[in-house]
Amino acid sequence: MSVTVYVPGDAAALALGADKVASAIAAEAARRNEKVNIVRNGSRGLFWLEPLVEVVTAQGRIAYGPVTVADVPKLFAADFAQGGKHALHLGDIETHPYLVKQQRVSLRRVGITDPRSLQDYLAHGGGKGLVAARAMQPAAIVQAVTDSGLRGRGGAAFPTGIKWKTVLDTRAAQKYIVCNADEGDSGTFSDRMLMEGDPYCLIEGMAIAGLAVGANKGYIYVRSEYPHAIAALDAALENAGEWLGDFNIEVRMGAGSYVCGEETAMLESIEGRRGIVRSKPPLPAISGLFGQPTVINNVITFASVPDILAQGAAFYSGLGVGRSRGTLPFQLAGNIKFGGLVEVPFGATLRELLYDYGGGSRSGRPLRAVQVGGPLGAYLPASQFDTVLDYEAFSSIGAALGHGGIVAFDDTVDMAKQARYAMQFCANESCGKCTPCRIGSTRGVEVIDRIRAGASEQIPLLRSLCDTMTHGSMCAMGGMTPYPVLSALEHFAEDFE
Amino acid sequence: MNAILKTIFAKHQDRPGALLPILHDLQHALGYVPDDAGPLIAKELNLSRAEVHGVITYYHHFRRTPPDRHVVQVCCAEACQANGSEALAAHAAKHMRNGEVDVEPVYCLGLCSIGPNIQIDETELHAQVTLSKFDALMQELGDGK
Repeated sequence: MSVTVYVPGDAAALALGADKVASAIAAEAARRNEKVNIVRNGSRGLFWLEPLVEVVTAQGRIAYGPVTVADVPKLFAADFAQGGKHALHLGDIETHPYLVKQQRVSLRRVGITDPRSLQDYLAHGGGKGLVAARAMQPAAIVQAVTDSGLRGRGGAAFPTGIKWKTVLDTRAAQKYIVCNADEGDSGTFSDRMLMEGDPYCLIEGMAIAGLAVGANKGYIYVRSEYPHAIAALDAALENAGEWLGDFNIEVRMGAGSYVCGEETAMLESIEGRRGIVRSKPPLPAISGLFGQPTVINNVITFASVPDILAQGAAFYSGLGVGRSRGTLPFQLAGNIKFGGLVEVPFGATLRELLYDYGGGSRSGRPLRAVQVGGPLGAYLPASQFDTVLDYEAFSSIGAALGHGGIVAFDDTVDMAKQARYAMQFCANESCGKCTPCRIGSTRGVEVIDRIRAGASEQIPLLRSLCDTMTHGSMCAMGGMTPYPVLSALEHFAEDFE
Repeated sequence: MNAILKTIFAKHQDRPGALLPILHDLQHALGYVPDDAGPLIAKELNLSRAEVHGVITYYHHFRRTPPDRHVVQVCCAEACQANGSEALAAHAAKHMRNGEVDVEPVYCLGLCSIGPNIQIDETELHAQVTLSKFDALMQELGDGK
């Protein structure tokens, strides 16, 4: 009888040696003349335990981790195929405190199913949203998404239903659905995990959007730094057969430009041009890809839609706080002991994530600063760790939740250097269309260099420059680079002396 | 190159906005985008040479010269910085050897909980790369050539 063994194929697991572990399991099984069926699942998102190997036994799935190649013969010797005891034995991973406390919605199948199997997806509750949507009028689908309170998960948090309604109400012979999978923010990887671990969920969300607005063509724009996600999506689409009906999806690879995560720059890139930001209006919902009405959403936004249709808008809007409804998959990153994916409803505090889940710093030193929301997000000091994780609470303290990336730094961090990096990153990645961003970022690096060399009288100049960038830039690249700079200046003034 | 381009053009002939897919395919086949490909692509897509040149030079991913035998990318974004990527990048730079090993920064590989991270030859990922682990990986690269 064949034993089924799950060895994650997620990029993070691969970076920790999962491919070699999978080969070692196959080789050891062959040597012992035992049959194993190795499934390359996504990651459960407990990265300190990767590669996390799971075995299907009569008692359910039993996990072992982190497994190295050297552990493999010992696992066989301990009869891990029957869930045998071993130092790496973790039991049913779903009873792990890190997962028990979470409420996974968008990423609930990631790490559980075979990402390349449509059959497995359907067997684990996938596809029901699409079935429901096919029996509904377009306006009713849009209404359900509006009622759910879902807001764009890419960072801007615009109400998804309103965007879809604009596209639905705009007449055109051709409309498009575009998924923004240009997840360039440092500290974020939930899009990557979903694409690698449950690509059909994204595909289903896009197909539902197509039904909702009357579009039969979709694009997924994935950054070139994510080759494994691209391979997973291509394989899933290849295996989709007739499931999508006449809805067609094409995967497009980016080319290493951060600003292409800005929606209009992304459209330019798909159309075959430099990723230069477009002026708005017109909104992409009215005149987007190839000049046609276009729904543009982030991976997690689309991935939230199938459950909203399958379980009803009230299920989703029942989660969360204030105007932030549903869940957000937070990503714990940087100098953190238990880094990984934590999907919880809005309303927890940053401190809970950093300490209850994250266990504090990996280095063992006190956490000093936490950057939330990527390179354009603010640095928060310990005194703000009790901020509630919802869009409005963050914006009220001059910060942004963004795509939910949380990067922790210990007390060895030099915040003036981090501020300089923010300006330098903007200078490197600016598309160059507007002056505040293109020139302001370079001047910002120079001013910070002078301040770090002792010219503290230049601090007002830096503030003034940030003001110009905030109010004069065309998009969030130049407009939000001041967030990390000003927050560093505000909360860590001693580093600028 | 002309034969390769011809095949690539045929593959993408009905694709709207085909420039990036064509450049990706060409770089995949040759390892870089040669300068004399620009005018041929421009003619095929009915674009100006300036437009094609602009796209090739705008995106960090496209190379205009053949890469070294191995390309090692060290993640230098914030989450890896928090785990010492700056020291790693400085150490890695010492391993650069003309024609053999190129070391370049990359801004986020999406493995932000387990940094510092590197990627070798655009496919092979390594996490929690200490200086000694880096040396061992370079040793393997040297042996494997």
